Amino acid sequence: MSKTKKVIEKGDPMIRLKNQIKSILCNPFNLITLIAFIVLIAFVVVPLVSLIKQTLVLDATAARRAKVEEGTWSLYYWQYLLTGKMAKSMFWVPLSHSLVVSICSCLVAVPLGAILAWLMVRSDIPGKKVLSFLIVIAYMMPSWCKSQAWLSIFRNTLGGAPGILYGFGLKIPDWLAYGPVAMVCVLSLHYYAFTYIMLAGSLGTINSELEEMALIQGASKKNIVMQITLPLVMPAFLSATIMTFSKALGGYSVASYLGTRVKYYTLSTRLHDQIGGGMSGVGYCIAILMILMSAGCIFANDRLIGTRKSYSTINGKGGRSVDLMLGSWRIPMFILVCIFLTIALVIPILSLMIESFQIAPMNGITLNNLTLHNWIGKEENSYAYINYEPGVLRNPKFTRAIWNTVKLGVLGAVIASFMGQLFGYISVRGRGKWYGRAIDQLVFIPYLIPAVAFSAVYVAMFNKPKLGGLIPSLYGTFLLILLISVVKYFPYASKAGSSTMMQISSELEEAAEINGAGFFRRMAQIIFPIAKNGFMSGFILSFISIAKEFDLISLVINEKNTTLSYLTFSYTSMGCYQLAAASSVCMILLISVCYLIAKYVFKADIVKSFG
Amino acid sequence: MSEIVLKNIDKYYGDNRVLKGINLTIEDGDFMTLLGPSGCGKTTTLRVISGLEKPQNGTMTIDGVTMIDAPNAFYEEPSKRGLNLVFQSYALWPHMTVYQNIAFGLKIKKLSKEEIDKRVMDSLRTLRIDQYKDRYPNELSGGQQQRVAIARAIASNPKLLLLDEPLSNLDARLRIDMRVELKRLHQETGTTIIYVTHDQLEAMTMSTKVALFRAGEIAQVASPLELYTNPVDIETADFVGSPRINLIDGKAFFDGNSLKVSSILGDYDFEKSTLKLEEEIPLNKEFDCVLGVRPELVGVSTKKPDAGNVIEATVYATQPAGPETILSLDIQETVISVLQVDLRRYNPNQKVWVTLDPKRINVFNKATTRLIRYAEAREKTEGED
Repeated sequence: MSKTKKVIEKGDPMIRLKNQIKSILCNPFNLITLIAFIVLIAFVVVPLVSLIKQTLVLDATAARRAKVEEGTWSLYYWQYLLTGKMAKSMFWVPLSHSLVVSICSCLVAVPLGAILAWLMVRSDIPGKKVLSFLIVIAYMMPSWCKSQAWLSIFRNTLGGAPGILYGFGLKIPDWLAYGPVAMVCVLSLHYYAFTYIMLAGSLGTINSELEEMALIQGASKKNIVMQITLPLVMPAFLSATIMTFSKALGGYSVASYLGTRVKYYTLSTRLHDQIGGGMSGVGYCIAILMILMSAGCIFANDRLIGTRKSYSTINGKGGRSVDLMLGSWRIPMFILVCIFLTIALVIPILSLMIESFQIAPMNGITLNNLTLHNWIGKEENSYAYINYEPGVLRNPKFTRAIWNTVKLGVLGAVIASFMGQLFGYISVRGRGKWYGRAIDQLVFIPYLIPAVAFSAVYVAMFNKPKLGGLIPSLYGTFLLILLISVVKYFPYASKAGSSTMMQISSELEEAAEINGAGFFRRMAQIIFPIAKNGFMSGFILSFISIAKEFDLISLVINEKNTTLSYLTFSYTSMGCYQLAAASSVCMILLISVCYLIAKYVFKADIVKSFG
Repeated sequence: MSEIVLKNIDKYYGDNRVLKGINLTIEDGDFMTLLGPSGCGKTTTLRVISGLEKPQNGTMTIDGVTMIDAPNAFYEEPSKRGLNLVFQSYALWPHMTVYQNIAFGLKIKKLSKEEIDKRVMDSLRTLRIDQYKDRYPNELSGGQQQRVAIARAIASNPKLLLLDEPLSNLDARLRIDMRVELKRLHQETGTTIIYVTHDQLEAMTMSTKVALFRAGEIAQVASPLELYTNPVDIETADFVGSPRINLIDGKAFFDGNSLKVSSILGDYDFEKSTLKLEEEIPLNKEFDCVLGVRPELVGVSTKKPDAGNVIEATVYATQPAGPETILSLDIQETVISVLQVDLRRYNPNQKVWVTLDPKRINVFNKATTRLIRYAEAREKTEGED
């Protein structure tokens, strides 16, 4: 098409204006887009600006130390963090810890996930279906449950009550029970699944015709792998590496479970401590630096991989090939994978379950060391046990935590998936238009921010009343926890929403429009009924993600709003390990039930959508 | 009466002008086909008529009622234009049965239950799919889905029915069946139809009028026969007809009374009355021209005829296709196609003789690419050979 200058004739300016206004007002789509923008600006852009501002304006404590008036604009926090006397212990050492842990986790998790993916997709290993299911299911178990399990096995006297291995008479050294080794192990056993999901997806979509063509050209098997297959999965591999690094770098729960006891601080634990009880301005500075690092990773990922992000390689008649014949290695490889699954999945769950029935884990698994007290014990009998707490099922704290978790999960998931569908709708229908792109970019921002830094953003925004009391301080309220969970979940929810909406061709809507259906009728009778299944599985996915969250809410939670994840953590810090184990088991049960509902009722395999 | 008048319609996507001042009048009862290659603006025009796209410039009236008045930013809602649309993808709502799909729009019009039932069943019967009324779209074949989409569109008794490449997703045999169905539907209901296609055979076989689109503009509006016999320029000639028209370079000279043309097809003298005088024809000066000869108008004989303009040729290749034979002939290193009815047998490099009817030859000015000499249209009717 030629690019001539656009010439637009205009009639009577008044009539034209009247008709234009009428058509904007009469189209609810415009109104809804406007609302979406307001929501995103208020809950994403404004808090970020507020975070930056609070690293530059001194609060009362900092002002006293700096000997200036409260509210002065100053780089005091930044200097304190980066160059001051405390800089080394406050920032540089934790930074090195974070880097060491995340790089090591990448070195273990990525090759592990890659090997598993290759075996599951390309080899003739027996029991593929069950094995590949178990390999991804391990990812559903939150990383704090895995840390909890690690503790229940390896804990030594440093943590008060020693764990199961100690009970067998093994003296566990501190470096194994806590600190970087433990963190790397747990993170690797968690994030291997991330690489696995990405690589298996990529390997699975390589059209075998591409490789067959190389075979016909006379390439050897090794040549084909090196020159055809590997380059095709390279983008996914790189992506998995960068994202694993970024997630490990920003993670809080594993670091707080396994690091703080031996004073192995990372950026995220430092951030948490500063906001929780130090100079919050310094915490906000750390948050900004973490956001920059995480965003840097994601941009690096985009730049490195760019448009090659995914080769859509399936087309034509080619199927998937199974070319790695294991031969006599079939059974040994099978056993190796089973051993791996035992370590990654079975032992953690089992150890948590065992611990939840023990009186004292250090006394081993004997009949007189087993009890139901941790589950159903009454308060009046609890003096006999280490906990001094009633069993979880009779414990009002636990009941409240379950209720809070379900409340948070359901409300959060309803709001997040509703908004997600909305954002998805706007972004799909506005494809190529400025508002579609703008919504896409705004919605994506929370994804760039590590969970613990994200909650710092909200603390910075809502710790004091704003606009002369028009917006009250939300610190410590359920509303704030809900808000954080929902907004942090926007990127995932809207991705789910747009993928559902993508499947609904705009022609379906236009056909209804021509038949006289207005916007809301189209939504109610065409879009929603078709999107229903996608909506429901998106809902369950968000429910699980929000309910299991720990990193995101640990900064803003209090006694009254405790959720299951936080209760487990506080049991652990109090030394009530058996109760912590019992509540971890409940968390795993809750997730499993939701997963099964999604799988069998809504026929959606949600594991693969886990980000 | 439903007469649609489009005036100076411009449509931009960003700075991209996809419709360039479209002027088109569609008369009541027309079967108007918008024909053209993909990306030429025909679907956009259809969407502008339906109201799904808003053009930046121009006006449209249906029966004198203003539907689009772009200078005043007025665009009537699609549902108030008295039309209905069949999408290329059919756009059947997958969560509704066939019956519900068709009843949807009628319910919005708040018709009585009996009336809805009657209309749904009537349109189902018209398209002979009443036995499928309780099925869901994914339980139907492509052809059946197509019929449902049409039934849904006609159930509201639209004055104007718009069809956007409705047959392109069907296989070759079904396409021919549906062509017959659509033509019958047009004859039975008398509804004005606007039909978008890139398939010139569909355009030729079904329409009463064809608007040929090219790069956002209308190249020619004519009846199928006229479009075929006298395409307005070389590109149109080349686009319409299969096998393609033979375009032969030649020299022409116009002395004010007759056009003398010479080429490898021989020398011809065309009378002034058959010339298109409003086109640019250089006077008293030799100029380059292109002769257009349809493959079926080339006569071939294996023995040299006695009289007339006879051209010697050799057989280059034959493609016997059953009901017809496509013959490629070499005339002085130029290959022309010939379409002959029935199976014929020729040997490669066999010598043959070609005869042409001068009345049926088009001449184009090579410089302007425009048609300058009309060929005589001839439609055989019953009784004639």
